[in-house]
Amino acid sequence: MRETWQGYLRQDGRKGIRNVVAVVYLVECAHFVADEITRNFKGQDVHLIGFPGCFPNDYAQKMMEQLCTHPNVGAVLLVSLGCESFNRATLAEHIAASGRPVQTLVIQKSGGSAATIEQGCDFVRSALDQIDKVARVEMGVSDLIVGTICGGSDGTSGISGNPAAGRAFDQLVAAGAACIFEETGELIGCEHIMAERAVTPELGQELRQAVAKAAQYYSVLGYGSFAAGNATGGLSTIEEKSLGAYVKSGDAPISGIIKPGDVPPRGGLFLMDVIPDGEVRFGFPNISDNAEIVEMIASGAHMTLFITGRGSVVGSALSPVIKICANPDTYRALAADMDINAGSIIEGNASLDEVAQEILDAISATASGTPTASEALGHQEFILTYKSFEPIGPACLPTA
Amino acid sequence: MRFFLKLHPADNVQVALRLAPKGTPIDVATGQAVSLSEVAMAHKVADCDIAIGDRVIKYGMPIGKATADIPAGAHVHVHNIVSSYTATHFRQDDAGLANA
Repeated sequence: MRETWQGYLRQDGRKGIRNVVAVVYLVECAHFVADEITRNFKGQDVHLIGFPGCFPNDYAQKMMEQLCTHPNVGAVLLVSLGCESFNRATLAEHIAASGRPVQTLVIQKSGGSAATIEQGCDFVRSALDQIDKVARVEMGVSDLIVGTICGGSDGTSGISGNPAAGRAFDQLVAAGAACIFEETGELIGCEHIMAERAVTPELGQELRQAVAKAAQYYSVLGYGSFAAGNATGGLSTIEEKSLGAYVKSGDAPISGIIKPGDVPPRGGLFLMDVIPDGEVRFGFPNISDNAEIVEMIASGAHMTLFITGRGSVVGSALSPVIKICANPDTYRALAADMDINAGSIIEGNASLDEVAQEILDAISATASGTPTASEALGHQEFILTYKSFEPIGPACLPTA
Repeated sequence: MRFFLKLHPADNVQVALRLAPKGTPIDVATGQAVSLSEVAMAHKVADCDIAIGDRVIKYGMPIGKATADIPAGAHVHVHNIVSSYTATHFRQDDAGLANA
């Protein structure tokens, strides 16, 4: 694992591993125009993100503020239709205060689609020139925030990809990085063993409650966090899927609980509680894997480890995704979409520690600028929907 | 290369490391058994006779309860175990069941 590399220094002192212009639609009605602007810069670091809803939502506002000031983002173009509820002025002020170039285009005031696309392209061109001059700075593992999720899980995930990722996490935490695992709906059945790893008894109690909230939420919805393909791949129950998913958190003590958009305050291992607070509303917590990845990025993740068994091909806007394939048959079928073949563990050709080292090497290569498989293919998935959260309680982040 | 792996000493299931044809010999807790059906990669077989209502143990932890008597060597999956939390959603034609 390379010790240091050159990052991008932002005015708030945070360091990024990419230098992206984010083009942001603030309602679905502005999506097409924002997309057309982005398409003019294919192959450059200009990424499309957005929020589709017309109704206001504090969660979406907070997520957008965090995403637009993520250390991987250098400049932002906001594209508004004009009559949606999203508070574009507050968002623009927040971005400007971070020292980033930002422009807001309101389609209803800018002459319609074609004129807005032209003005948007002008801004992106000038923004690319400006952020090209952003100061570079030495960056190391202790500056990194790394997320992990699993998607398209099968019975191989819990015995190859996830435990290998867990061992990589242990080494990252030991080196001072902040690591985030999540999806409390996929920790059902693991709450007691997980709570024993909390750095304080009070945090352990919070961990149990977070999982109980997830179990309750999903029972109201009538579905667990379990897709048909999980069963095809040999997983029989949510507990089985959970235990396989849980091992990607490794063995480090759990330092705290955060919610989407909360940035870990220091190095260590953190659980992200992704289940909304209060009564069940707005539907499923995370409707697909990219909703989880977006939350990781909003909490500052420079990159996300994505362990898959059935074979997901997704990447993400803003932050790279490193795909770790747990299933050797899937790896052979989708090799060009994968960064790491953890299926070699199943076939007896590599140990967990050897694959963990491959993951660590991929992390430092990615941090140094090497494109991941999904980046090279041009993947830039993004999804953000409605949620509501209460702030975390005082026991969630014990001071070390 | 072996066909089946017991992940934890407390487990009463084993995991297929690759597609195992029907009749594949398995070293089980009680001696020798054979797989009673074809078992796909990463699917499970019983490591001993599991009685209806017994907990099914994998990774040393409970993953559900048996809804039928499961003989050693039989496929253990959505047709004969159930979650103690939320029901499993699967497509009958695509759950990897040999008799589907």
